[in-house]
Amino acid sequence: MPLLHVDDVVVQFGGVTAVNHASFEVEAGSITGLIGPNGAGKTTCFNVITGLQTPTAGHIVLDGKDITRMPVHRRSKRGIGRTFQRLEAFGSLTVSDNVRVALDIHDGIPGLFRSAVNDVDALLELVGISDYANERADSIPTGTARLLELARSLATDPQLLLLDEPSSGLDESETGAFGALLKQLAAEGRTVLMVEHDMDLVMGVCDTIHVLDFGSIIAQGTPAEIRINPVVQKAYLGYADEADHDAGHDAGDTKVLAL
Amino acid sequence: MSSVPILETVDIHAAYGRIEVLRGVDLKVPRGAVVALLGPNGAGKSTLLKVISGQMAQTSGDVHLGGVHVTGAKAADLARLGLTTIPEGRSVFPNLTVEENLLLMSYAGVSADAVFDTAYAYFPRLHERRFQLAGTMSGGEQQMLAMARALASDPALLLLDELSMGLAPLIVDELYQSVAKIAESGVSILVVEQFARTALKVADYAAVMTGGKVVATGEPDEIGAIMADVILGGAA
Amino acid sequence: MSAFLSYTVIGLFTGAAYAIAASGLVLTYSTTRVFNIAHGAVGMVFAFLYWDFSQRQGMPVWLSLVLVLLVVAPLTGVFIQRVLTRGLGNAPVGVSLVVTVAILVGMIGVATQVWKQDTARSLPQFYQGHLIHLGGVIVTPQQIITIVISVIVAGALYVLLARTRIGTAMRASVDNAELLSLYGGRADVVAALAWAVGTSLAALAGILLAPVIGLQYYDLTLLVISAYAAAMLGKLTSLPMTYIGAMALGLAQSYVIGYLQDIPGHDKLGGLPAVVPTVFLFAILVLLPQAPLRIGQVKGIISAPVPTITRSMVCGALLIVAVALMASGMANSTLLNFGAAISFAILMLSLVLLTGYGGYVSLAQFAFAGVGAVIYARADQPNLFGLVLAILGAAAVGAIVAIPVLRLTGLYLALATLAFGQLMDKLVFTSSLAFQFNNPLTAKRLSLPGMNFKDQGNYTILMAVFFVLTAIVVVAIRRGRLGRILIAVRDSQAAAGTLGLDLRWLRVGLFAGSAGIAGLSGALLAGMRLTIDASTFQFFNSLVLLLIAGVWGVTSVTGAAIGGFFMMYLPVAQSNHPNIAGLLFMLLAAGAIVLGRNPNGLSYVMFLIPRFVTDSLYPALADRYPGMALRARAVGVVGEPDEAIGSDADDHSEGKVDSDAVASR
Repeated sequence: MPLLHVDDVVVQFGGVTAVNHASFEVEAGSITGLIGPNGAGKTTCFNVITGLQTPTAGHIVLDGKDITRMPVHRRSKRGIGRTFQRLEAFGSLTVSDNVRVALDIHDGIPGLFRSAVNDVDALLELVGISDYANERADSIPTGTARLLELARSLATDPQLLLLDEPSSGLDESETGAFGALLKQLAAEGRTVLMVEHDMDLVMGVCDTIHVLDFGSIIAQGTPAEIRINPVVQKAYLGYADEADHDAGHDAGDTKVLAL
Repeated sequence: MSSVPILETVDIHAAYGRIEVLRGVDLKVPRGAVVALLGPNGAGKSTLLKVISGQMAQTSGDVHLGGVHVTGAKAADLARLGLTTIPEGRSVFPNLTVEENLLLMSYAGVSADAVFDTAYAYFPRLHERRFQLAGTMSGGEQQMLAMARALASDPALLLLDELSMGLAPLIVDELYQSVAKIAESGVSILVVEQFARTALKVADYAAVMTGGKVVATGEPDEIGAIMADVILGGAA
Repeated sequence: MSAFLSYTVIGLFTGAAYAIAASGLVLTYSTTRVFNIAHGAVGMVFAFLYWDFSQRQGMPVWLSLVLVLLVVAPLTGVFIQRVLTRGLGNAPVGVSLVVTVAILVGMIGVATQVWKQDTARSLPQFYQGHLIHLGGVIVTPQQIITIVISVIVAGALYVLLARTRIGTAMRASVDNAELLSLYGGRADVVAALAWAVGTSLAALAGILLAPVIGLQYYDLTLLVISAYAAAMLGKLTSLPMTYIGAMALGLAQSYVIGYLQDIPGHDKLGGLPAVVPTVFLFAILVLLPQAPLRIGQVKGIISAPVPTITRSMVCGALLIVAVALMASGMANSTLLNFGAAISFAILMLSLVLLTGYGGYVSLAQFAFAGVGAVIYARADQPNLFGLVLAILGAAAVGAIVAIPVLRLTGLYLALATLAFGQLMDKLVFTSSLAFQFNNPLTAKRLSLPGMNFKDQGNYTILMAVFFVLTAIVVVAIRRGRLGRILIAVRDSQAAAGTLGLDLRWLRVGLFAGSAGIAGLSGALLAGMRLTIDASTFQFFNSLVLLLIAGVWGVTSVTGAAIGGFFMMYLPVAQSNHPNIAGLLFMLLAAGAIVLGRNPNGLSYVMFLIPRFVTDSLYPALADRYPGMALRARAVGVVGEPDEAIGSDADDHSEGKVDSDAVASR
């Protein structure tokens, strides 16, 4: 049984359909990519899964339980964690306090009786931002803030981690380290679902990829399958007469796809 | 063709809070030309358009429109002076009818009747839906309505941001045909696109932005050839 | 049957006036996202101005109407939009509430200053004395005119909004003001027009109602609650629903007044008609759907530095010693004022917790204090048990106010407290349950095991001890887990929610805690004064409290202490100098409008002085007089990174001080 089942979800804003009968599954312990052109509805999907957006129709099933109507905070208790595309770090708090507050919230009352200092340090170390521990979160670079959101989310010990464009703002070597971290998290048994534009990263770490376009899933498969799928290429290329450009782009489909 | 470019930005810097997004952008749009501005997500393309259109203040640098220094001008004033900006996403008012949307387009200095005539002549479908709320139309129809502003307001310079976002290829095709039509009438256009191929087809020149700077400019063919490398950072 | 028809006519008249006021409120709110709490107060001032023109100066009615409705009121509206509330639509809701409450208090100040309470004024009805008989019901021309005007207003607004370009632009700017400016529409012109029309409508409603309910400062001001209740039916945006809501409310109120005498026990419910709008409002609030969590961007807020617990204790001990020294030399009458100041400082602490740390605004803190005072006096337990009872009772009432608005945003919560404050004022505090009208309650002096505080001086010291203890609790909350969580929620509700925090119950808890502190302040005050009446806990005082907090700062204990003193001193100064009483309100309002945009207030400026001395003054002096041995910081090492950031340097470094202090705990 998959850990997460997005079942025929529709989201309409006014008359605009942002998500249009999207259905996909995420296997436990996998790293799954959710890709698609800008405006395809990826972040809206995340908002529906985490409860920030109520779907017009459809269901979200986590571990066999329908959570479509469950409030945001209870989904967290059931093991959903996320990061945000447009950063939502707690700007007035320091980096380490951002993580500590997450531990506080997660632990609830019992947490009053234990010191969380070691856990905070360990989480900052894990994502590699210990150097920033005492900086205010509104003064750190974007890439660092994304890693902070990851650390903060990990503080709640999620079984399903939703990452919204986690690598934007990271440089090449940081992205490499980040890919390794994702694999480590998956190896520990966490499930990762990520929206990402960096195709190298997506193709490198994902077990499965779902491609969203106009709010619908138009393809799913392994990175190798997605790479050569003509439907996906068309979605990413927009319109373009193949004849016009084939000559100039013999270099390979992967490059074209990355556009 | 005049030698003064219709748009010139000089060393534009801009930031959201303490995070600098534009780090010295120099860009020219020659009069009557279509320039495509390409680049990966987060390169600062949309921010640059916001600075040019007067929606956001730069921290330093200058914007010249038709040789006139317009730094600090308000968006509404620029719009009345012939700068038409179609921002990212659906740039229509969803809770107004099609006709009310068109009525507001007359703020650009064209009579309301002229706006209606031009819009309905180009897009007969809008005429069929003139009493419908814009938000209840399909994404493509909404983008047509947005493009009607570009057509009807008779701009000196047109800024287009991610026109194709979330739209079916066929509709993108249709929209870009109207872009080409506008260009033929002599309007200068700066078009920002994620689909490099789409934009390059209508462009006279192209520029590539990454990390808040323009890193390459040239003919569409040259730029088309290097785009993949720019976005992939050399990996394949 | 004819009685029913009469009540119906009266109800339609009231409803029509409400509809006029409410449509003005909706117009301004929906175009600029600034909820004008002062809407009723604006109407009140213009009703007085109309009286001045038409009665005192003897101008013709038509000329007075033209001058007020078409000249002065629109200009005032533009002034409010352009100068006072500019840019508040995107500010935190707390800030825009402080500013509009300041406008309300300022308007009261203007009215009481210009049209002093000493003369009786009345406005005649239009065509007074001409009664019309309509199928067995007597109708006044005033009623017919009002109903007709409300229909005309509704029609004119429809034409404006649906048939003109500028009206279309108004509706467009609700959706997306930025896009409107890209179309070439001027959002600021649109906003100014909306406020001009909205203010005129407030004035019109005031002028139509004043002859019937009287030229009263406060009754006309509270018209905003009726207008707001009506507008809530249209979620503050739909004009047709607002019109329906206003008519329904007017009718409901009229029937309640008409048929109240048929209800058993009606003599205890004399205040009921006045609170019909409030009850109506709560009913609608409960039915509104859940507000979604907003996803914004990283935003940090610079707060006043939070002292360590040790430091708080030392400062607290010093404060108690200082109070003891001062109290020993004071006359009893001075001590009563001094004690009141301490009690109000404790009340200010309740706002530090709720507004300063939590970011929510309450417009009814005095009502919670009143609950504490009543429980303390009624329980007749002048000991710690009675005090605890008062705290818990007030906290429970605070929770009850917050629960109906559990699912809504901060604005609705604040407006619910506004309605609650008025309900307590009109219905509860004046009933036999509490003080009864003009009938003060007696309370006994608090005593602790083995100690009594019959002596006024000793009791003052005891109050200072309670202030210090409460302050330490508040500081400890801020420094602890809960404080971190509150700051996190203020920065990003969406993130806090996805980390597993139940924001709704946190809010109820915060409200209960704040109300509990307010209850303590009320109980201590009752114990000091020994007799206590409803006037102390008047609803209006809560607004003044919020403004004083806005001036002195709601983020620090120091601000609360100074603010408490001012809260005590303001009425004293007003009764000593009655001829400038209104002016003092205006001054306070002006201060709150200027300073209210920074929640740290004036007291924060004091925290900056030592920094200014070590960072700027010492180096400057050291430059000029190289021989002087000053404790200048090594500017090249510490100061530089901050300087490099430029205009943000001050905020940045100050913020760091705050977070460093927390981190080094």
